[in-house]
Amino acid sequence: MVYKKMVTALRHLRQAKRVALVSVGVALFSTPAMSEEQVLRIAMTASDIPLTTGQPDSGFEGYRFLGYTIYDALINWDMSSAEEVSGLTPGLAESWEVDAEDSRIWTFHLREGVTFHDGSEWNADGAIWNLDKIYDEDSEQFDARQAGNVRGRIPSMDSYEKVDDYTIQFTTSEPDAWFPYQLSFLLFSSPAQWEALGGDWDAFASAPSGTGPFKLTRLVPRERAVLEPNLEYWDEERVPRLSRIELIPMPESSSRTSALLSDQVDWIESPAPDAIPRMQSQGMEITSNPYPHTWPYQFSMQEGSPWLDINVRKAANLAVDREGLEAMLGGLMVPAVGIVAPDHPWYGEPTFETRYDPEEARRLLAESGFSPENPVEIKVLISTSGSGQMQPLAMNEYIQQNLAEVGIALDFEVLDWESLFPNWRRGAGDASSRGAHATNITFAWLDPFSAFYRFMHSSMAPPNGFNWGYMNDPEYDRLLDEARVTFDQTEQDAILAEFHARMVDDAAWLWVAHDVGPRAMQSRVKGFVQAKNWFQDLTPVYIEE
Amino acid sequence: MSSYFLKRILYVIPITLAVSFFCFSLVHLSPGDPMDAVVSPDAPSEVVAMVQRAYGFDRPLPEQFGLWVSRAVQGDLGMSAANGRAVTTEVFGALKNTLLLAIAASLIGFSLGCTFGALAGYYQGSLLDRIVTGFAVGGVSVPHYWLGMLLVIIFSVELNWLPSSGAGPGSSRDWNFEWAYLRHLILPAVTLSVIPMGVVTRTVRAMVADILAHEFVEALRAKGLAERRIFLHVIKNVAPTALAVMGLQLGYLLGSSILVETVFSWPGTGLLLNNAIFQRDLPILQGTILILALFFVALNLMVDLVQARLDPRIQRG
Repeated sequence: MVYKKMVTALRHLRQAKRVALVSVGVALFSTPAMSEEQVLRIAMTASDIPLTTGQPDSGFEGYRFLGYTIYDALINWDMSSAEEVSGLTPGLAESWEVDAEDSRIWTFHLREGVTFHDGSEWNADGAIWNLDKIYDEDSEQFDARQAGNVRGRIPSMDSYEKVDDYTIQFTTSEPDAWFPYQLSFLLFSSPAQWEALGGDWDAFASAPSGTGPFKLTRLVPRERAVLEPNLEYWDEERVPRLSRIELIPMPESSSRTSALLSDQVDWIESPAPDAIPRMQSQGMEITSNPYPHTWPYQFSMQEGSPWLDINVRKAANLAVDREGLEAMLGGLMVPAVGIVAPDHPWYGEPTFETRYDPEEARRLLAESGFSPENPVEIKVLISTSGSGQMQPLAMNEYIQQNLAEVGIALDFEVLDWESLFPNWRRGAGDASSRGAHATNITFAWLDPFSAFYRFMHSSMAPPNGFNWGYMNDPEYDRLLDEARVTFDQTEQDAILAEFHARMVDDAAWLWVAHDVGPRAMQSRVKGFVQAKNWFQDLTPVYIEE
Repeated sequence: MSSYFLKRILYVIPITLAVSFFCFSLVHLSPGDPMDAVVSPDAPSEVVAMVQRAYGFDRPLPEQFGLWVSRAVQGDLGMSAANGRAVTTEVFGALKNTLLLAIAASLIGFSLGCTFGALAGYYQGSLLDRIVTGFAVGGVSVPHYWLGMLLVIIFSVELNWLPSSGAGPGSSRDWNFEWAYLRHLILPAVTLSVIPMGVVTRTVRAMVADILAHEFVEALRAKGLAERRIFLHVIKNVAPTALAVMGLQLGYLLGSSILVETVFSWPGTGLLLNNAIFQRDLPILQGTILILALFFVALNLMVDLVQARLDPRIQRG
């Protein structure tokens, strides 16, 4: 709002001086007009250029810009549709199958005729070499940083071996139908380039070589990374149209917004919401699409927690005016009625409708002996900011007001993100939780493990996973275990839908919002299809002057 | 004279040791886990332990401190937990940008501050004095963050004259004085210059007013010396203090540029520190604070030595 007021006030100054100043100013200072080169300048939210050696850091933004651009996985994400939920598609493996006798064994048939950016050939030896860089601490190419970034994403990996030049085999620690999702995070770097650079991953970071649609041609740490097209990319339909992408780290949303408005960049991630009308008035395009990212309260189910009472849980879910919240956020959210959205195959058919119904919320609370005059008191851990937390303070205050109206008094324990996040794995019982009954941490979900299992399975209680509140429901465990060993996708989806519906009926968490991944770009940027995914495809993007 | 210099230089050793100890301890006392910068949130405990070993975070704190100091003496401050690059490379790369920014801000602040201060001092009590004093108070009071945003809105967003962020096209990390780079420097330097401008203005104004009241000025006037010559005498008396104030300001600017660098995404030590704090990148935090502190100590030493050279009374004192 402050920004908007300042802009309005300054507009008068601008109008008065424009005629006199602009002509001189443009001549002296203006940004040089773009050449006919197809250059796309992107301001990322990351504070540094994510790791370029093959397994990016900086979360999924790292994978988005310096993972799936330079590299491929055995199985890639299909990011071609804005309408359908993204699924998996063959990448460096053309096909794969699970052993009919022993469902822990997976055979992958590698794609032939693929070369790394340095011209060396992709084959099974290269695949095994890459697996050793992550899993074999005794191998020369082992890299603790890459291992740290990816090993946790593939929890069931047990062993791997070469079968022939274009076939490899994995064995998982237990039957795991979600293994293909996990492999989408394992990206393959060129062994030949690593050798040529003296076996030095730091040197490799500046001159990486993968098989992806873009090549990194320049890296200035903390300032800029430049990508150019890999015209030899194996998937002819995804050969980039751009001649160059410049990736610029810019963690401050106001800086990104100013950079876009002053035409210093063409594309920004997460624009400041109050600047969006201004951007739109200048003809810029704001794109958004719901994607796997949920903003909830995760409940403590430990003894003494008010959430043990299902009436309280349901009342909280009925008390939040999600549409009002959406209006407050300028439309940059989608109301959440579960972990996944109703159009998702895992949503199911719950009987409890998560909606705004304060009357019903009051009735349920009255059944349990609570009212606005005698509220149930709940302490929640929240953060001031943080990766993907959207607008945590404003959103939490809004919810606090909603819940107070029906008889739930929220008391916030406000932490900085760096303190809240490590607490997630320590659990509600840890001293660092300070007796809180809920924690407010957004999370990404792409596969059943990251969406459900790590939060809801009793084996994932701290310190094993993110079951912060010690959820322990044998029926949840049974359904999740069953889904994990069901290799038929349709059957698996049906079990997950049953699980999710049960969770919604239990009002297991307070669901508030799904993020929509807003990004803003100059009107000349064309061809972008915003997938319902954390990751996006930059190959069809082009510039139209 | 040489004993003063020697004594002053020897002071640096305990100060440096104390600074090293405090910056190591403070960083370790702050909440958060350095592993957050290294491993993904989903990493199982054995992976966290493996990376902890690789980075030496598993060792007892006194041992970590001992190792850190022994390596630091050899010029090795370890590697960044967030990006794996050498801390010295990161800090010196950023320090170059911060120095450039601080020097530009100091030059603007010092020249404007001296001019305004001298004018206000000479015409004490006048309208000019009141305006200048108002500017000086504003300079030290205005929030950098707000001023930076304001300048960006006017000169970048509205007029589209100057870039709003970054340090240039990024093709080089060397000193680069081409216009394509310098245009990026203008807005952050002007924003950062308001504090030294305000401080120097107030100091010079007070000094000039004070010296003008001295009897020797009256004596010089009585001797019929031209006002221009008298001014030179005044300036000569003001110079050591103004220089000392400016030297300290330069030091403060190195440490206080964090907000300005954040607003303008200027890749200096301020932005480096800001990011390191958010990422719990302990090696970068320790290294940056240490190098900035040593720089500040060295700058103080230099200012003291130059000041002593200009004003022999200091050595006697």
